[in-house]
Amino acid sequence: MDKTDKPEYPEAVQKEYSELIKKTEPKTPKTKTMLCAFAVGGLICCVGEAVKDVLDKLFTLTPVQLSAFVTAAMIFLGSLFTALGIYDKLGRKAGAGSIVPITGFANSVASSAIEHNREGVFFGICAQMFTVAGPVIVFGIVLSVAAGLIKMLILK
Amino acid sequence: MRMGNQTFMFEKPPYIIGASSVVGPKEAEGNFGEYFDLRLNDDAFGEKSYEKAECKMQKTAMESAVDRAELKFGDIDAILSGDISNQIAASSFAARGHDAVFLGLYGACATFGEAAILGGMLIAGGFMNRVVCASSSHFSSAERQYRYPLELGNQRPPSSQWTVSAAGAVVLSVNGGGPKITGGTLGKIVDFGVTDVNNMGAAMAPAAAECIYAHFAEAKRTPGYYDLILTGDLGKYGHGLARKLLKEKGLGMPPSFNDCGAMIFKEEQEAFQGGSGAGCCGAVFSGYIYKRMKEKKLNRVLIVPTGALLSKTSSEQGESIPGIAHAFSVEN
Repeated sequence: MDKTDKPEYPEAVQKEYSELIKKTEPKTPKTKTMLCAFAVGGLICCVGEAVKDVLDKLFTLTPVQLSAFVTAAMIFLGSLFTALGIYDKLGRKAGAGSIVPITGFANSVASSAIEHNREGVFFGICAQMFTVAGPVIVFGIVLSVAAGLIKMLILK
Repeated sequence: MRMGNQTFMFEKPPYIIGASSVVGPKEAEGNFGEYFDLRLNDDAFGEKSYEKAECKMQKTAMESAVDRAELKFGDIDAILSGDISNQIAASSFAARGHDAVFLGLYGACATFGEAAILGGMLIAGGFMNRVVCASSSHFSSAERQYRYPLELGNQRPPSSQWTVSAAGAVVLSVNGGGPKITGGTLGKIVDFGVTDVNNMGAAMAPAAAECIYAHFAEAKRTPGYYDLILTGDLGKYGHGLARKLLKEKGLGMPPSFNDCGAMIFKEEQEAFQGGSGAGCCGAVFSGYIYKRMKEKKLNRVLIVPTGALLSKTSSEQGESIPGIAHAFSVEN
């Protein structure tokens, strides 16, 4: 074959190829995945409700205290199931169903901490713990500040 | 002897006098399970980290390949090896402690082909007498480097592949017997603009097609010449694409055209498009193909390891994925 000065592939070839891939690549089975996410997500919320009822029975708490306690309990459970090696298997099937609830947030922090445990406490666990959860925390804080400002300036 | 821009044939082909493969538990349960030389029950290989485990797997594969060639490591002139970890750390550490020249190579998952071809050239050119060529990858060290923590509950898209935990090594020698590396075709980088890191098969397929096409055109052979033509780790979808691209170029591939990645796992192992990683082709060749060739069940084989030359940074910056493939022919 003759050598050419232009080994780059023209845009037309790239475009045609990317259209071919878009058309033929294996797709996620949407109905199955969404049903799975709905069921698992719902189940996690049911567990949350149950925890709330139990805490309500055991202690005398104001509604604000109660919701804070439930959140903490769910974070604990998310981390526990991550450490037991169950949450990743659940997530593989459930997708957003187990990522969206707060247990998923706990999983993203705990899994990063476990992963980087071998690089030591400072540069491993502490520095790397938020590599996955980082964006969520940043957006959460930014939006909270924005909401606070709106409340203070507009709604008074 | 040079046969074109990319293709060459050896006048004095180097012999593959020893080969060995080390695989993790999932690979051992796959389609080639019984052919692998060492099957681990524990993918950490008794080490404290998966990086250390990968290094030990590669070291073990190299030492056992030398052992099988009935040599001592002191008889080896050079080690040519690579892997997909940052700075090819697994290979450098695996070569540590051996009194042999070390040439670290990086061609992503095409590294095994690069090593075998360059090793063959060193011997055929009369510069060395015996070299070890090796490659490895480990699912758990690759996941943390390219993707997410292991315990993260994320979902894998159906176009994705599963990085194999495996290492393969061969010993090439100027004299001896058995299968020989008779020639090969070195690949160019081919980039069709694919940016999806979860669809590496699609990114590498054009490179594989290009390399295979160049091989047959320049070596003046037909696909029927080989008993088996294996691409490295295109996976089922990527391999189908390569077949389609070759057909468009006017080269119809026979049923003996397959892919190491697509073949390594069983359907129920949930690896989606199949295996990937630098160790995939290395272990399948050193484990399965080499043994079948020794038994004379296969006599002429073309191996085309394929690599996706991306880094985590390049893909985060929106760069497309450059593909590479190198082909080498092994004959009895």
